[in-house]
Amino acid sequence: MKSNLRSEISYDVLDLSGEIDLHHSPELRKKILGSLKNKKSLLINMEDVSYIDSSGIASLVEGFQTAKENKLSFGLLRISEPAMQVLTLTRLDKVFTLYDSIDQFQSQLQP
Amino acid sequence: METANAIEIRDLDVDYGSRRILSDINIDIRQGEIMVIMGGSGSGKSTLLRCILGLKKPSAGHINMLGTDICHTSNKKLYALREQMGVAFQGGALFTSMTVAENIQLPLREHTNLDENTIQIMTRIKLDMVNMLPHENLMPSELSGGMKKRAALARAIIMDPKLLFFDEPSAGLDPITSAELDELIVMLKESMKMTIVVVTHELESVFAIADRIAILGEGRLVQVGTPEEIKSSTDERVTGLLNRIPRENNVDKDVHIERLTRDKEQ
Repeated sequence: MKSNLRSEISYDVLDLSGEIDLHHSPELRKKILGSLKNKKSLLINMEDVSYIDSSGIASLVEGFQTAKENKLSFGLLRISEPAMQVLTLTRLDKVFTLYDSIDQFQSQLQP
Repeated sequence: METANAIEIRDLDVDYGSRRILSDINIDIRQGEIMVIMGGSGSGKSTLLRCILGLKKPSAGHINMLGTDICHTSNKKLYALREQMGVAFQGGALFTSMTVAENIQLPLREHTNLDENTIQIMTRIKLDMVNMLPHENLMPSELSGGMKKRAALARAIIMDPKLLFFDEPSAGLDPITSAELDELIVMLKESMKMTIVVVTHELESVFAIADRIAILGEGRLVQVGTPEEIKSSTDERVTGLLNRIPRENNVDKDVHIERLTRDKEQ
């Protein structure tokens, strides 16, 4: 897994790529919770994720829940087909808010 | 170079004492496929599964799994390989002193250092996948046969294994639960890219899930093929199995008397 965190004024974008499995999910969790701890909304770019297992999905779920508790936005951007298959299998495709563009995510953020 | 086969079985012979259970078995199981091993009672399919899992040493031959010859490797390597394998045994094999959730979490607690929140969420994801989330706090003794089977599957897939083995998934289940389980097995293959080996003799289930089928008869490999190839087979042993035709009771007098009188230890 490779990751890159980009900070905007009111939100962060976390770009992910490669395989996310048991070995990488602790790092993913740390990045997600670290970003949310700074009271910033978070958009996770999953366009280049070639594989995600349930430990990676669990990190996303925990991030979603933490954002909700802190009244922050949490979204997934351009989910790759392999990642989408896992989200569908775990019935989480209907839970997460999915975005096609950063503009779309930005426009729903409260000023 | 990574092989396209997840498992390669070569020239496998297996004996229990003087009795030969499997003879000259050669099967390739490709990465990302569902291979169903089927055969009647006594065909040797459960023994073959035990060999693949490294629970029974063959008398001759090799089993190469994800690049490791499991018949001739160290226990350490076998242990590491088992972390990439999930097994759902027929009876569930749940620990009776633990709740359903505790049973399912066990591999994660044994093999990983994941955060407690991650473990809890992963457990619930897997329980939800097998429709067992409402029963996470029950003890195994409080579960029906079908529920035990589903809990065993949840435990088998908790680590998202590369290889999933399933012994008789549909046996003893009602038709709806059985169909749901079949659907889940196919979805696991497609979404999680698992290679899945299912041992069963439930015909409906076989044709619902199999990419390829290996048919065993009296300890020998009768045929390996796609469901279409198996359906159109003219081999009497295959058609007999598919059409549930009882085996002919032609008795070779000499063989039969030898079976009845042979010394146990020979």
